[in-house]
Amino acid sequence: MTLTANQEIPRPAVGRAGMKKELPDHFKDYRHVWVFIEVERGNVHPVSFELLGEGRKLADKLGVKLAGVVLGPPGDATQLAIAEAFAYGADVAYLVENPLLEDYRNEPFTKALTNLVATYQPEILLLGATTLGRDLAGSVATTLLTGLTADCTELDVDADGSLAATRPTFGGSLLCTIYTLNCRPQMATVRPRVMAMPQRTNKPIGCVIQHGVLMVEEEIVTKVLGFISDVQSTNSNLAYADVVVGGGLGLGTSENLKLAKNLARVIGAEYGCSRPLVQKGWMPADRQIGQTGKTIRPKLYIAAGISGAIQHRVGVEGADLIVAINTDPNAPIFDFAHVGVVTDAIRFLPALTDVFTQRLSPHSRDKLAN
Amino acid sequence: MHVVVCIKQVPDSAQIRVHPVTNTIMRQGVPTIINPYDLFALEEALRLRDVHGGEVTVLTMGPPMAEDSLRKALTYGADRAVLLTDRYFAGSDTLATSFALSQAIAKIGETFGAPDIVFTGKQTIDGDTAQVGPGIAKRLDLLQLTYVSKICSLDLDAREIKVDRRSEGGTQMLHGRLPCLITMLEGTNEIRRGSLDDALRAARSQIVKWSAGDAGIEDLSKCGLRGSPTVVKRVFAPTVRTEKAEQITTTDKALGDLADELIVEIFARQPALEHELAFDASA
Repeated sequence: MTLTANQEIPRPAVGRAGMKKELPDHFKDYRHVWVFIEVERGNVHPVSFELLGEGRKLADKLGVKLAGVVLGPPGDATQLAIAEAFAYGADVAYLVENPLLEDYRNEPFTKALTNLVATYQPEILLLGATTLGRDLAGSVATTLLTGLTADCTELDVDADGSLAATRPTFGGSLLCTIYTLNCRPQMATVRPRVMAMPQRTNKPIGCVIQHGVLMVEEEIVTKVLGFISDVQSTNSNLAYADVVVGGGLGLGTSENLKLAKNLARVIGAEYGCSRPLVQKGWMPADRQIGQTGKTIRPKLYIAAGISGAIQHRVGVEGADLIVAINTDPNAPIFDFAHVGVVTDAIRFLPALTDVFTQRLSPHSRDKLAN
Repeated sequence: MHVVVCIKQVPDSAQIRVHPVTNTIMRQGVPTIINPYDLFALEEALRLRDVHGGEVTVLTMGPPMAEDSLRKALTYGADRAVLLTDRYFAGSDTLATSFALSQAIAKIGETFGAPDIVFTGKQTIDGDTAQVGPGIAKRLDLLQLTYVSKICSLDLDAREIKVDRRSEGGTQMLHGRLPCLITMLEGTNEIRRGSLDDALRAARSQIVKWSAGDAGIEDLSKCGLRGSPTVVKRVFAPTVRTEKAEQITTTDKALGDLADELIVEIFARQPALEHELAFDASA
């Protein structure tokens, strides 16, 4: 029977319902911290190591083990991913090996990960907030009917052992700490480059738990027809660049973006921009730096003509050194930059590029070496 | 062909201010907009309809005022708008939201014809989770195609679709079958200006308003706060670094000298960087 609009139905007590922690008995045995090890085309995504570093801290606080989860086809890449997971701190590795897990497809990966979770019952499951991780995490959490907190910037365990996942909301204007109360596992995705990269150790191979999941190609609707790598195109590697030059509306025209690109070329940096430039179509979306774009964590970030809205700030504050160039001395960027120059970036960037070129010329390199 | 587009009315995050004392969002006077990412989904749906015929239904869950966004979607050319609104949905997290929306989509299917494709934007600009799309797909057992940058081909007779999907480090070319759920990447197209006819039709259109009961939702414990495994325990403003940037004085300096001074400052703070930059630049 379906309810009709006019039927009198008791209203929920909004604000209290669901706020109490009463973990059902069947979830009480869920233990250990798991990190999904993202492997695409043979390479482990660095965010997986960052997560292992963070997962190690959580596992130690809870007094439980840290596990890496590897899904992939039989072969060297999968074995290497497991070895890397141990090297970055995992005590245990769970492995589903299947030829159907060659390329990422939602259906077989969701099935394999859901099956592993249901069998071995982790308390916490972390994934990278990559296109793969977000695609997979959403499906797995919905299948398991558990909570998932997206794009966390901070993870902790509170006094009663619950995962406290902190994430930016409203474009970074606010942070909120989110708990998963009555369901397990507690799932979270974490953005690349937000957590620090842990030290790699030469820890020997630990315990590997192989798990079989029955899968047949005929049941998988998605077929991968091909893949065009960014190496063959002009897409960015912003998230992992050590030096980044960013351009903003202060550059005035799309033509002036080449000033930022030139500087980037001379110092071997990646270039990106603030959100308005993407909205204007001056730069492709994958070069957007900020809350809805890429989070960067370079050693040096030069922000040229960027005013520094909160959305931009959350994407760059992990940088070791932020240099801001802006005509407006009251621009918010000067509140979080380390070094500021109040000047017109359009005129200043060519000069900066020239001086950098001189300093970094082969001659000066020789001087540095001596 | 029937396409359902899920949209969300969001506060214009560029204009959001945080109350300095209470650390709460100041919504007063903040205009609401259709989540910008959803417009790429809506436009893609309209383009498919223009080519293949059929109808586009826009759906949103939200307070009664979300009707404004639906009417806006009608002016762009959507054929029908459904507003899912009920106090039972208050406090929904992504799991509860995907439940309610999936139920409404099922009801839309029963009432107006089963959808071939359900579209959503990549994510919303207020929540930023990118979870509701995958959640709906899973609940309706639809093939899930996220971060789609291009619909390469659609064959309604063979029930086949080919798309380009953005992934880390490249673009995946995928083949799938209908019905499916697509989350559309930003920058993939540009929302049309609606015609005068569309504007007139939108003004006259009746928006379909459904409560939980109307949408056929029997298990209300899956909705709202009760149906949400996640709860927000604490909301706070990011810590603000108090010291401001060290300003390099610019008065009466040639640009070259200014640049020189800045570079000296950079290398004084990051001594190792000078060697690395020289190395990178020579590479």
